[in-house]
Amino acid sequence: MNWDVLLPLILFLAVIFFIGVWSNRKMVKSTSFLSDYFLGSRELGGLVLAMTMVATYGSASSFLGGPGAAYSIGLGWVLLAMTQVATGYFVLLVLGKKFAIVARRYKAVTLIDFLKERYNSKPVVLLSALSIIIFLFAAMAAQWIGGAYLIQSITGLTYTSALFVFAIAVLIYVIIGGFRAVAFTDTFQGIVMFIGTLLLLIGVVIAGGGLDAIFNDLMNENPNLVTPYGQDGQLTALYVSSFWILVGVGVIGLPQVAVRAMSYRDSRSMHRALIIGTIVVGFIMLNMHLIGVFARPVLPGIEVADQVIPLIALEVLPGWLAGLVLAAPLAAMMSTVDSLLLLVSSSVVKDVYINYIKPDASNNHIMKVSMGVTGFIGIGVFILAINPPELLIMLNLFAFGGLEAAFIWPVVLGLYWKYGNKYGALASMITGIVSYIAIFQYNSVYGDLLGVHAVVIPVVLSLVAFVVFSLLIKREAYYFPAKTMS
Amino acid sequence: MRTSEKAPLERRFRIAHREACIGVTLAVINIIWWYGFAYTLGSKPPEDYTYIFGFPAWFFWSCIVGFIVMVFLVYIVVKFVLVDMSLEDDDTEDGGQSK
Repeated sequence: MNWDVLLPLILFLAVIFFIGVWSNRKMVKSTSFLSDYFLGSRELGGLVLAMTMVATYGSASSFLGGPGAAYSIGLGWVLLAMTQVATGYFVLLVLGKKFAIVARRYKAVTLIDFLKERYNSKPVVLLSALSIIIFLFAAMAAQWIGGAYLIQSITGLTYTSALFVFAIAVLIYVIIGGFRAVAFTDTFQGIVMFIGTLLLLIGVVIAGGGLDAIFNDLMNENPNLVTPYGQDGQLTALYVSSFWILVGVGVIGLPQVAVRAMSYRDSRSMHRALIIGTIVVGFIMLNMHLIGVFARPVLPGIEVADQVIPLIALEVLPGWLAGLVLAAPLAAMMSTVDSLLLLVSSSVVKDVYINYIKPDASNNHIMKVSMGVTGFIGIGVFILAINPPELLIMLNLFAFGGLEAAFIWPVVLGLYWKYGNKYGALASMITGIVSYIAIFQYNSVYGDLLGVHAVVIPVVLSLVAFVVFSLLIKREAYYFPAKTMS
Repeated sequence: MRTSEKAPLERRFRIAHREACIGVTLAVINIIWWYGFAYTLGSKPPEDYTYIFGFPAWFFWSCIVGFIVMVFLVYIVVKFVLVDMSLEDDDTEDGGQSK
């Protein structure tokens, strides 16, 4: 064991626990368990809102291989990653204050609450809950596997013990703290990611002998590494641009992101979050992926993409600093996992159980069920992650795109187009999910259809479906309630 | 933006619609800037690249300056365009200033 690396990591986990306990004590005073546990009582301020959004979708890029991909592909992947700057302002501005106002009038606590009131349709609710549970369960399991690998590579524990450590850490504070704990730890983790990536970038540039030397080495090895087109020239402009939908503007359809757009205290918090979020997400994405590219001349020949960051950190930084910096990817994974865990359990408890099974449940009963379900799901994911099935990894890869194809139009057009109705929403979700799965399969066998990422065509098709079915079947204008519903 | 014929949109929704349009406009500017520099300056053979502050020019303009420009634009929008308003319904019927 490498104690100077390990100590800062343990410190990091200790701080996280402290936040969970503190949030729990705050929650005891709150009057509505449901709204507090799953939404933090709509009290997030600017910094916390920005950080929790960044931390939640920030790991969309670790999905895409992140720094590891940049290591093998070069600057072209950094260009691709920079499409994510849009997430810093786009979601909050476009869902915006209307979403916040309407969510308050609906008393919506989850994205599905919003869809339920807007479309007033049981199939829409059940289909939404089902897609959230399936897609996010898979996405979550994959992050747990990543977290376990990271702990394994630092501590030398076996995979199962590392997984156990990671699972316990995540579960304890999600179960006791709920949304507020998640949002506050996200803030802390976001700050760790911000500073960590900066330190590591500086370390790598120094180890590589300065930018000129690094780019010289890259040019000597393969000039394609410094072009926008990837090491084999495989990245077309069209393909890279299609990531504007997958990880840029399309994240507006991700339930774990949308729910955050209804959680802020007031417009001032939202305004601050816009500035902070844009700066932080751009900064982290730029640094993290540049580290990947610059690591190549410093430490050539790394074969497993996920190991680029741990190896380069141990190589270029003193042990204690490496520990601190490695807390950053761990932070990213934990914050993704905890948000997803909470979202899946809210879908089960709030959207299915309370809506359709036991509507008259008492506050105390809901509290027990929520914590129980969260714990139960966590254990389920743990068991799956011990011996990850192939299917799971595949599901995880397309979880984000699938959710975007399913939710983007029911959310956005539900908010801004008065003729949107439940038939449109249902058609849009089914079209999005089915065509996405089909095209994803097609692309993995025959190469990308029309040269774009699998998410693009389903998003277009589901838009068409939404508009056509809304206009064809029972076309009727919808008006939002003028005041809070009783 | 578009008010309906029957029920005129309430004031706060009109503002919210305008701000959503601003969000879309920002994203369009972002995409054009990003694409424009990356695939013009970057499409030259790599041997002919010029470097600014150690980075290839296409990358410097597209990703680094592009990011700074977006932060600047978001700042301008937040400071001068966005409206500070109440998100609740209980105080006044049309949402007074929250500060």
